[in-house]
Amino acid sequence: MYGFESMTFNIHGGYLEAIVRGHRAGLLTAADYNNLCQCETLDDIKMHLSATEYGPYLQNEPSPLHTTTIVEKCTLKLVDEYKYMLCQATEPLSTFLEYITYGHMIDNVVLIVTGTLHERDVHELLEKCHPLGMFDSIATLAVAQNMRELYRLVLVDTPLAPYFSECITSEDLDDMNIEIMRNTLYKAYLEDFYKFCQKLGGATAEIMSDLLAFEADRRAVNITINSIGTELTRDDRRKLYSNFGLLYPYGHEELAVCEDIDQVRAVMEKYPPYQSIFSKLSYGESQMLDKAFYEEEVKRLCLAFEQQFHYGVFFAYMRLREQEIRNLMWISECVAQNQKSRVHDSVVFIF
Amino acid sequence: MERMERFIDNLPPMNLMRSEKMTLVQLIIPVESAHRAVSYLGELGLLQFRDLNAEKSPFQRTFVNQVKRCGEMSRKLRFFKDQISKAGLLSSVLPVVEPDVELEELEIQLAEHEHELIEMNSNSEKLRQTYNELLEFKMVLQKAGGFLVSSNNHAVAEERELSENVYSNDDYVETSSLLEQEMRPADQSGLRFISGIICKSKALRFERMLFRATRGNMLFYQSSAGEEIMDPVSAEMVEKTVFVVFFSGEQARTKILKICEAFGANCYPVPEDISKQRQITREVLSRLSELETTLDAGMRHRNKALTSIGYHLQQWMSMVRREKAVYDTLNMLNFDVTKKCLVGEGWCPIFAKAQIQEALQRATFDSNSQVGIIFHVMDAVESPPTYFRTNHFTNAYQEIVDAYGVARYQEANPAVYTVITFPFLFAVMFGDWGHGICLLLGALVLIARESRLNTQKLGSFMEMLFGGRYVLLLMSLFSVYCGLIYNEFFSVPFHIFGGSAYKCRDATCSDAHSAGLIKFRDPYPFGVDPSWRGSRSELPFLNSLKMKMSILLGVAQMNLGILLSYFNARFFHNSLDVRYQFVPQMIFLNSLFGYLSLLIIIKWCTGSQADLYHVMIYMFLSPTDDLGDNELFWGQRPLQIVLLLLALVAVPWMLFPKPFILKKLHSEVAPMACLAPLSLILM
Repeated sequence: MYGFESMTFNIHGGYLEAIVRGHRAGLLTAADYNNLCQCETLDDIKMHLSATEYGPYLQNEPSPLHTTTIVEKCTLKLVDEYKYMLCQATEPLSTFLEYITYGHMIDNVVLIVTGTLHERDVHELLEKCHPLGMFDSIATLAVAQNMRELYRLVLVDTPLAPYFSECITSEDLDDMNIEIMRNTLYKAYLEDFYKFCQKLGGATAEIMSDLLAFEADRRAVNITINSIGTELTRDDRRKLYSNFGLLYPYGHEELAVCEDIDQVRAVMEKYPPYQSIFSKLSYGESQMLDKAFYEEEVKRLCLAFEQQFHYGVFFAYMRLREQEIRNLMWISECVAQNQKSRVHDSVVFIF
Repeated sequence: MERMERFIDNLPPMNLMRSEKMTLVQLIIPVESAHRAVSYLGELGLLQFRDLNAEKSPFQRTFVNQVKRCGEMSRKLRFFKDQISKAGLLSSVLPVVEPDVELEELEIQLAEHEHELIEMNSNSEKLRQTYNELLEFKMVLQKAGGFLVSSNNHAVAEERELSENVYSNDDYVETSSLLEQEMRPADQSGLRFISGIICKSKALRFERMLFRATRGNMLFYQSSAGEEIMDPVSAEMVEKTVFVVFFSGEQARTKILKICEAFGANCYPVPEDISKQRQITREVLSRLSELETTLDAGMRHRNKALTSIGYHLQQWMSMVRREKAVYDTLNMLNFDVTKKCLVGEGWCPIFAKAQIQEALQRATFDSNSQVGIIFHVMDAVESPPTYFRTNHFTNAYQEIVDAYGVARYQEANPAVYTVITFPFLFAVMFGDWGHGICLLLGALVLIARESRLNTQKLGSFMEMLFGGRYVLLLMSLFSVYCGLIYNEFFSVPFHIFGGSAYKCRDATCSDAHSAGLIKFRDPYPFGVDPSWRGSRSELPFLNSLKMKMSILLGVAQMNLGILLSYFNARFFHNSLDVRYQFVPQMIFLNSLFGYLSLLIIIKWCTGSQADLYHVMIYMFLSPTDDLGDNELFWGQRPLQIVLLLLALVAVPWMLFPKPFILKKLHSEVAPMACLAPLSLILM
């Protein structure tokens, strides 16, 4: 198919590509962020956002605003846009769009299971779930006692079921197991998504494999850093890495044996694309790593829009919007807690 | 040539076609009269303020608090409107005319109303919730009680029957249905049940989940609740299903209860004893009727409050919107050094200066200000905005033209011609006086009801029709005219202007469709002869007429557009445009399409049989060949060669010199200086 997308892509995908590019034009710009960072109160933020595409979603909120309301409404806008695109999409774009939400689904499952483990109220937990990752029987997750039940009762109906086959054990759920489950699920999901994109071929495969490889590598690094000093064995750690990406397979071998952050750094610096990220960090520092990765991701996502006739734009748009909502959350939190000096710590400018 | 120049110079000025002369003005308004002055100016609508605080973000401006308050008030008003429409009340059509209340007063009023409404809502919500619970309980009692009674009776009867038939039918127990086997031990062993109610849409998934969780060791009965229950959150009616689950074991019980909770199913205990059931049902029913009266009373009270809000809603909304606009405008003004005056700049048409001054004086007087408002003209560097004065009639045409692009300041406005050319060109295509009359009636209805429809809020489609009512009127009139020329009334020709000029060769008319008709008197006086209708040559004749006419009209229209660009260039003293745009465009258009128009006219006049397609195509392909039968006039071939060469020369003439000359000028003059206006006008 490669090289001929431009002939046939617009038959089914043209309208939605136009829509998504239009949405992208509505992302907040650097000037918007500058203004937002100068806000004194949450009302100022609302006022500023009312001039953007978020306006209609925030206009009916009564005045003492909370950060959560702002984030909720902004997410609602993203969800509305997503639902609209999903309704309009035909195969295989609709499957592609559904794949985008599986990550949130995994997060939600983990959130609910962890929450019930710590005996939180289910409805309270449901409110915290990301609306993109909702599925019908999500509330029933609270009933399950162990992984097998989790799978058999609830997840068997969801698209996550095939990913679960790898981590069914009769072990009781505890924090460690849940975290391993999350990463196993995510690994299976990323690999499946990767395979799906490869099957689509053409520019979609090219761009998405780059984006997903970055995602897989980032997860590998995060898993390594988070598991340093825990009882996770090297082999177990090795099993959680996705079987693709720039680091696969030799980088994974080396990451699996890392004992501290500087070793991770030494491994990563062998890979030119990640050199720039790690060279920015001083030795022994891992807090800023997240932001550096986010910045790199945003850069790559923006590049996806440079090419036409592929599905990567949908993935990129969703991710960019999510990043924007994270930014808004951070800014509003900083404003609400009078920590304006820290505003720039975690905001990733999109353009 | 000189005479031509003089002639053009002596033409009347195209005032009608040019946008209004604008001037930049400065206003220095004392703070105390600023609000009133801006609101009076807003009602006048003849001054466009420039944003003097463009570099400030919206929340850094002076009147940000007032804007925020207006935003808050309009949110409250939207809330009222939403509540009113949810309650199914119609907001009164006739707005009550009352003097405008003060903004502060309104704010307090709105806050009171909102508080009152929210309190009433929360009260009624609580009541509604209790009511819903009771209603659900009643349903569960009725339905689930039904299940239990029937299964109990069944079991008892079964037992009796069994004991009677125990010898005659040994294997009855094995053949009896699973249900009855399960039911029987209900009385003795640990088989228990949970009854409740759930949304109908969730029932299927609920059942599946129960089945999985208990590994199939349960029985699930369901039955439609019959009545719909109002969902307190969305105020929509929801269908519900009553269910009874039979199960055994304590563990299953906790699981099932958890699932019920997860699915939002409300569980209600139903006593197995029938007399107890009856007693509870009676209690529930009496409480239900009590609650109903309370709810009704609350509803009436709320509706009354909402109706009284509804009377003022329209007025309040427009008032808040006006206030917000006033403060938004005030935010565009600057404080002067003394902080006692606001300084504003804006554009206004020259003719409106007196009106503006009058409004400003009124504002000064009404706000009892000691100091008057200073209003003076300033020199402008930038180009003024385009402003066309329109009226009911020309507004729609101006909008059509603006949809393609707004003319620059003082540029010729094609809307003036569009008033006639647009409906006429439509009619050339539409051309049917029957349909035209229908359209005319529609347009007349819209115009007759103008004053009433003006105040009403119409749907988007009706709004479009209403906005273009005068366009429709002219379109229909021209359609009638063109329809008469084409002689078509709902596609049927009529003998309106006397009889046909043609008749059959003989009395039987048998060869009318083979040999044709003969002409026996003068041509039909107006339009197309009705005899063409249905004849073999109808299509070639009408097509040739309409097509050729369209070409003539189109070429005329294009020539008009290019001529306008000449007048524009003259007006702006831009000889570059005349020399490198107007002249080659004119030559190109007329040497090809103008020539075609000439050929059409000659063919019409002489009745020649020449094939114009052939002439035009071979003019390009082989210009030197002999024309043969297609020669329309003497010297046609050399003329064609000359025209072709002219057209060929015109293309590079039109495309290349202008950009290069502009570039040269640009690099000569200081880089920041204004360019000679680039204009490309093709109307």
